[in-house]
Amino acid sequence: MTQIRYNDFSFSVGPGESVLDCILRNGIDISHACKAGACNSCMMKANQGTIPSKAQVGLRDSLKEQGYFLPCVCFPDTDLVLTDATELKVPARVVERDMLSQTVLRVRLRMETEIPFRAGQYFTLFRQDGLARSYSAANLPGDNWLELHVRLIPGGKMSGWLANQAGENEPVWVQGPFGFCFYTNGNPEQPLLLAGTGTGLAPLYGILRDALENGHQGPIMIFHGALDGRGLYLVPELQELSQQYPQVTYVPTVLHPDNADPAWEVGLLDEVVKRKFNAWRDARIFLCGDPVLVNGMKKKFFLAGAALKNIYADAFTFS
Amino acid sequence: MSTLYEQLGGQAAVEAAVEVFYRKVLSDDRISHFFDDVDMDRQMAKQKAFLTMVFGGPNNYSGLDMRKGHAHLLEKGLNDSHVDAVIELLGQSLKELGVSDDLIAQVAALANSTRNDVLSR
Repeated sequence: MTQIRYNDFSFSVGPGESVLDCILRNGIDISHACKAGACNSCMMKANQGTIPSKAQVGLRDSLKEQGYFLPCVCFPDTDLVLTDATELKVPARVVERDMLSQTVLRVRLRMETEIPFRAGQYFTLFRQDGLARSYSAANLPGDNWLELHVRLIPGGKMSGWLANQAGENEPVWVQGPFGFCFYTNGNPEQPLLLAGTGTGLAPLYGILRDALENGHQGPIMIFHGALDGRGLYLVPELQELSQQYPQVTYVPTVLHPDNADPAWEVGLLDEVVKRKFNAWRDARIFLCGDPVLVNGMKKKFFLAGAALKNIYADAFTFS
Repeated sequence: MSTLYEQLGGQAAVEAAVEVFYRKVLSDDRISHFFDDVDMDRQMAKQKAFLTMVFGGPNNYSGLDMRKGHAHLLEKGLNDSHVDAVIELLGQSLKELGVSDDLIAQVAALANSTRNDVLSR
């Protein structure tokens, strides 16, 4: 049976058990959230042993080479000696908070040291006690802060704390960036399709502004889906961008027709996109938000003619 | 005499065919349900490996891989009719890309040679 050594402890990993589950089962509470290899909050470093490649999917090469891996998706074949990855966490402070809608809180963090990232990538935010959640950056790297859009979830530990309990200049820790959902230069005429629901707008808004700052000329359509008008946010900002830049089309979309503004599209987001968008063959596509919807759109847009390599999707995981 | 793989156009032909073929597989009501729960990017990589093999190209697929890769689908009812459907869609994809009937028949024969492994017989 495979053994892991973590700090001063030694544990046997059970059959089909992940390293994270093994450590938790033995009563040690380490940071974790998605348990699916996405949020990276449980990241550790192996000083001895062989890490299966599946436990390093999505990590930067520099991290892989140093032995960092994700215990939640690690099912080891050899014994491992592990340490925490605290050195990867950068201290930050909560400097600004305001409500963007009834359910979306904008949080701005001042980082103690600047972290390079691309608009659209995501970070994991840690509270002092180790509670961790992932959020996408909604701003551009040039700003003096990191902007996150936090959906207020009833009973949500992190969102409730950020909205109500965290103090001014509250210290937090940030790890990242992660993900591959970002704009790349080199094809300024390519049609861009950005579609997402809820706070999936955060990365899309960053990607949109990044594309425009980089002089993107091709048509850009941004679809934001919500249950009803209360879920739409940044509406004036996006309308302004679409007036300022003729290549930008902003399509707010609601599921329920009641009280819908005539300027909104009504229906399922994927169907609205398919009604309004037709440049499938050449488009670069960014999908963010609810994982069921994102995976469904990925398949439907591929079948509509999009190339799979041109579809960038970081589905959210909820915890 | 060049190999089947070379006559088809090698790696470039695989690249051209894989998206056409995978779209057909996902849209076909006879077999699309076998692909519901899979990661599309990973599945696409497997489709590429499969096409490379049935094009007669360099591949590392063994009969054992084919058995292991499909064993869980047997419980979902995978049978000869589904293998037939895949071979049919493969032929349609190649036809659309302008491949001759003679080469399509050779590809179909290679695909058919995996049938017993796919169905664990």
